[in-house]
Amino acid sequence: MTRSVIEICEGLATGEFSSVEITQDYLARIAQHNPALNCFISVTGELALEQARQADTVRAAGNAGALTGVPIAHKDLFCTDGVRTSCGSRILDNFIAPYDATVIEQFNQGGTVMLGKTNMDEFAMGSSNENSYYGSVANPWNLKHVPGGSSGGSAAAVAAGLAPAATGTDTGGSIRQPAAFCGVTGIKPTYGRVSRYGMVAFASSLDQGGPFARSAEDCALLLQTMAKFDPRDSTSSEQAVPDYSAGLGQGIEGLKIGLPKEYFADGLDSRIAGVIETAIDELRKLGAEIKEISLPNTGLSIPTYYVVAMAECSSNLSRFDGVRFGHRCENPVDLEDLYKRSRGEGFGAEVKRRILIGTYALSAGYYDAYYLKAQQLRRMIKDDFQSAFDSVDLILGPTTPEVAFEIGAKTDDPVSMYLQDIYTISLNLAGLPGMSLPVGFVDGLPVGMQLIGNYFDEAGLLAAAHSYQQVSDWHLQTPGLTS
Amino acid sequence: MTLKSEDIRNIAHLARLHIDEDAIDDYVDDLSNILSLVDQMNQVDSSSVAPLSNPLDATQRLRADEVTETNQRDKFQQIAPDVADGFYRVPKVIE
Repeated sequence: MTRSVIEICEGLATGEFSSVEITQDYLARIAQHNPALNCFISVTGELALEQARQADTVRAAGNAGALTGVPIAHKDLFCTDGVRTSCGSRILDNFIAPYDATVIEQFNQGGTVMLGKTNMDEFAMGSSNENSYYGSVANPWNLKHVPGGSSGGSAAAVAAGLAPAATGTDTGGSIRQPAAFCGVTGIKPTYGRVSRYGMVAFASSLDQGGPFARSAEDCALLLQTMAKFDPRDSTSSEQAVPDYSAGLGQGIEGLKIGLPKEYFADGLDSRIAGVIETAIDELRKLGAEIKEISLPNTGLSIPTYYVVAMAECSSNLSRFDGVRFGHRCENPVDLEDLYKRSRGEGFGAEVKRRILIGTYALSAGYYDAYYLKAQQLRRMIKDDFQSAFDSVDLILGPTTPEVAFEIGAKTDDPVSMYLQDIYTISLNLAGLPGMSLPVGFVDGLPVGMQLIGNYFDEAGLLAAAHSYQQVSDWHLQTPGLTS
Repeated sequence: MTLKSEDIRNIAHLARLHIDEDAIDDYVDDLSNILSLVDQMNQVDSSSVAPLSNPLDATQRLRADEVTETNQRDKFQQIAPDVADGFYRVPKVIE
């Protein structure tokens, strides 16, 4: 069950199997492996089979689209009409979304089959998936290790073959880091490329949805369905969407790729550096021109990011008040008690920490010192990238400084967890697209390489990743799950 | 930057977030550590830099002021914790 999306599309087109049959296969595999992996918060088997039957009917009538009948898993923060959308939080444990996110609507219109909703760090706040009300997710390559986060369930589900593809969201690395930790391919598009409507907000100026799959080729197909202007999202981009699959063959001959020296400095596991060097050699052989560049404000990206993200999260999460939906405390004595206890009981420790820091940073007398300052540094970080893109077409580096760590290893120290995001968060601050693809192993755990593109150059990223995947087989490796 | 337990209580009140008394000390430590990390921002003079709020420097798109949503009150109230006669019920606010 390690079929790619493209292979499933072919099998459905040639009649090798029906959508109902392939959906049943995945549901069986989920039933077998999810108890150990905990990738899914909800498995929507009945709905999946209904959608699969419908897809088979559409195909029989000769009306199949590119993804008709393909099973997919969705991160449990995309609202799904009639299906629980928990965001990994107790406060939304009873929340049946009353509408579909635009991303879900687009996949439904494309005829895909939803297998279920995947586990995640609560409200996408975390880098290990340990901050979920529904328990941590196991990394399919080593069950004692984390899958990364926040979209850990999606990445682990694809790696374990419980779904051929999954959606995720990325606010500071939440697609790229779990993709790296689980050995799959994931892309975070340019800010505004994929609609945020119905994607429960964490930090609105950073959040962006994107796909996970087994290859860049599959990601191209999925992103085609996701990327679209949406009038319901006020920051959605009106830029035309190119044909990503058609662009895959453009190759990388003559492409200028920059290596930021700050991404290869202290703090990077030297074995990861070695694996990345080998991948760079492959790209050189394919005709890429590699040069060193500098992103001098890289070190500032972590403090800047956490101020922006926490300030925006404290504001966004004020909507969870126990009044209109979600958890409400028992017997509130007054309105303030209702707010405080509903929120206190509903949110987990990390979400509370972030709400508190964000509230502090936005409170009277501190706004300029924290939020305004962070926004100024944010521009400096963006400017670094813009000058770099004057001389290179793509930027390349490791996705993470370490491979997947053990469950529990960093839970006592939030700051050490935040430092994991050093190579990924600056892209969200700048709004740039980035992707992670597997390029090797350290200690039996996957290593991810990050490619960073200029604004709206998702096609260039996918093409470069595809070229590499044509001459390597890291993306074809699968974890040895028992049976 | 070091916070005191009283700061945590104040911030928690501003955030309308109940924090257990016996967890306050942990929050003092965790939040103080996070603020020390954040204080690294002050290593750089950015006084002449214009703040960036939208990463693409875009402004909010406006649309015509027209009704585009239908009334779905009944559907929305199905998931509410407490409703009556089409209203959301909360503890008495005004005596």
